[in-house]
Amino acid sequence: MKALLLFIFLTGCLLGLVAQDSPTFYTPRKDSPIWQQKSADHSKFEVLQKDFDNPHALTAACLSCHTERGKEVMQTAHWKWEREAYIEGRGITSLGKNNLLNNFCTGIGGSWGTCTRCHIGYGYEDQKTFDFKNEFNIDCLVCHDNSGTYRKGSGMAGYPDPSVDLGHVARNVGLPSRENCGTCHFHSAGGNNVKNGTLDMALLDCSPETDVHMTSEGADMNCVECHETEKHQMKGKYYGVSSMNRNRASCTQCHSLRPHINDVVNEHTIKVACQTCHIPTYAKVNSTKTSWDWSTATKLNEEGEPFSLDDTLGNHTYLSIKGSFTWGNDLVPDYIWFNGTADHYLITDIIDTFPVQINTLKGKYADEEAKIHPVKIHPGTQPWDPELKRLIQMKVWDKEPGKGALWVDFDYYKAIEEGMKSVEIPWSGKHDFIHTEMTLLLSHMVAPKEQALTCKDCHTREDGRLAGLNDFYMPGRNYNASIEKGGILLIILSLIGVIIHGGLRIFFAKKH
Amino acid sequence: MKPKKTKEVYIYHKFERFWHWSQAALIFFLALTGFEIHSSYNLFGFETAVTWHNYAAWAFIGLIGLAIFWHFVTDQWRNYIPTTKNLKAQIEYYLTGIFRNAPHPTKKTTLSKLNPLQRLVYLGLKILIIPVMVVSGLLYMFYRYPQGSGVESLGISGLKDVAIIHSAGAFLLLVFVIVHLYLISTGTTVTSNLKAMITGYEEVEDDKAEEEKEDTNKKMDQPQ
Repeated sequence: MKALLLFIFLTGCLLGLVAQDSPTFYTPRKDSPIWQQKSADHSKFEVLQKDFDNPHALTAACLSCHTERGKEVMQTAHWKWEREAYIEGRGITSLGKNNLLNNFCTGIGGSWGTCTRCHIGYGYEDQKTFDFKNEFNIDCLVCHDNSGTYRKGSGMAGYPDPSVDLGHVARNVGLPSRENCGTCHFHSAGGNNVKNGTLDMALLDCSPETDVHMTSEGADMNCVECHETEKHQMKGKYYGVSSMNRNRASCTQCHSLRPHINDVVNEHTIKVACQTCHIPTYAKVNSTKTSWDWSTATKLNEEGEPFSLDDTLGNHTYLSIKGSFTWGNDLVPDYIWFNGTADHYLITDIIDTFPVQINTLKGKYADEEAKIHPVKIHPGTQPWDPELKRLIQMKVWDKEPGKGALWVDFDYYKAIEEGMKSVEIPWSGKHDFIHTEMTLLLSHMVAPKEQALTCKDCHTREDGRLAGLNDFYMPGRNYNASIEKGGILLIILSLIGVIIHGGLRIFFAKKH
Repeated sequence: MKPKKTKEVYIYHKFERFWHWSQAALIFFLALTGFEIHSSYNLFGFETAVTWHNYAAWAFIGLIGLAIFWHFVTDQWRNYIPTTKNLKAQIEYYLTGIFRNAPHPTKKTTLSKLNPLQRLVYLGLKILIIPVMVVSGLLYMFYRYPQGSGVESLGISGLKDVAIIHSAGAFLLLVFVIVHLYLISTGTTVTSNLKAMITGYEEVEDDKAEEEKEDTNKKMDQPQ
């Protein structure tokens, strides 16, 4: 009897172990939002009890306590705007805003004074003259302002707007909030949500439908809760400039790889990124750019002035300074295999593929690291040198006319001449426009689970979401045409055979 | 049409009937859900179809286990030993004899319940189609993409071959079911086969009556 009870008990334990393999949905990492957990109140610091006229002096005040942080910051890509990466076929390559182009505003070469408004430093006016080794050039405030009053000046090479009360900002610093990150990352490529389509000012205060994590009706999460940061090195990669599969931010920092009740759905995580099903559409609130054509830029109106045309939503469809655009809302992503590595068009490369791939996200079905990811593929038309077969860096901005800036002088020839000079790349003197494509991963604006894709969005024969990924067999989408035809034919033949045979039996039975 | 003289014989054991009907139901359900997964139509919804197809597959595998056990302990497996005896006669019966109301060339008994054609077809099902469906189905279930551990040693790099074999088998099973359903009606009477599989007892042609009928057949064969 005892043995029997022991047996039942042990069996129960074993079943219990099996049953414990239930899904874990979400592990909250902290009890309260981290920006509420201040360990020091900077308004009480003596060194900050004054007005600051010079932002460098303010940085010095910060560093007088945070003595080693300057060195940390100077190691980051936010500071250097470049990093070394190993790229297959290229070897170890230095990649950054100086030798990469995109198909939005194209590149910073020659136009630093305006572009570096988004650099975390003061005075990055020229690549050659800016001192990347001087820690007093660091702008601590752009990321750490919690007063909501700090802003960098327009065309001031990263210096604060003169109206900012630096002392007040300094006494109200803390961990970066959505507002801090969004200043640059929501406005990438010259306007809100222009570039990515899931990085939108709407995230500052949004509904669960817009972003299930950042919604003020829910977890109200901050950017740095996922983009965890150590020694100022932030998790997360932007594959417009990054190339390697390291230090990426991922859903699995909080979620498990088996978060669904249905284990068949869990198995999908081997080959499908969470984002693929959970970001069913992008540009959910504000429009995002769906194409940019530089070839129409520089037209002036009858008064000789630059002009703009808008669509009914207020988006520019034409700007004399930038050309023509199309916009989209609530867009269905494209899908690609992606293994975490990417190659890029470097400013020194010779073009041999058309349309030119600004960046190439690598991966295929057979690649064990690769998963299916949603992306925005942005087509552009931008200047190139048809003789030397290179994309062109044009100078778009300057403080004053006559320096060749496209947005000031509206002369392509001069803008290209100045731009190519600034990046020290030869130019044949000829330019034309060429089609380019840029691939942008979509990883933000995760929808509530009720809005996730369902099986039939992909497992369907016609027009499924993955209709473009054809290097693997997917049930419900793929079939073998011969087997299908042969099978149906056999069924029809057997039905006909049965009907004839049965008919004959009835016929003869009546006859007899 | 003269009524045949018949007698009732006990052909199908209780387990056999249970096995037959649960197998029929499972194959029907597996086909129904399977072809939905194949995107041939929408019925239960894809996710439900997958879930229930997998449950039904396990039930089917369990049933196969029971059936194999039963066939060996009861020696019933001998029913599937292929034979050429009467094979030609059986084929001729279906091609011509059946229309003349000729007698069945094979006599059913509890010990030998299958005609030579049935022996061949059912043996083919048991050693070819069903195992292929079970094995490809299990690979389908446990296949874990190239980086999975389960079937990596088999060198399967994708679902393609597994899925195509599985769907080809499904088409063949459908063809079998169509013909099988029709052949139910070819017993001594239209319903006698069906009744046998329900009650266990089948009306078979009485041997004595057969002899008389054979004479009649001979006469009928002569040109008129």
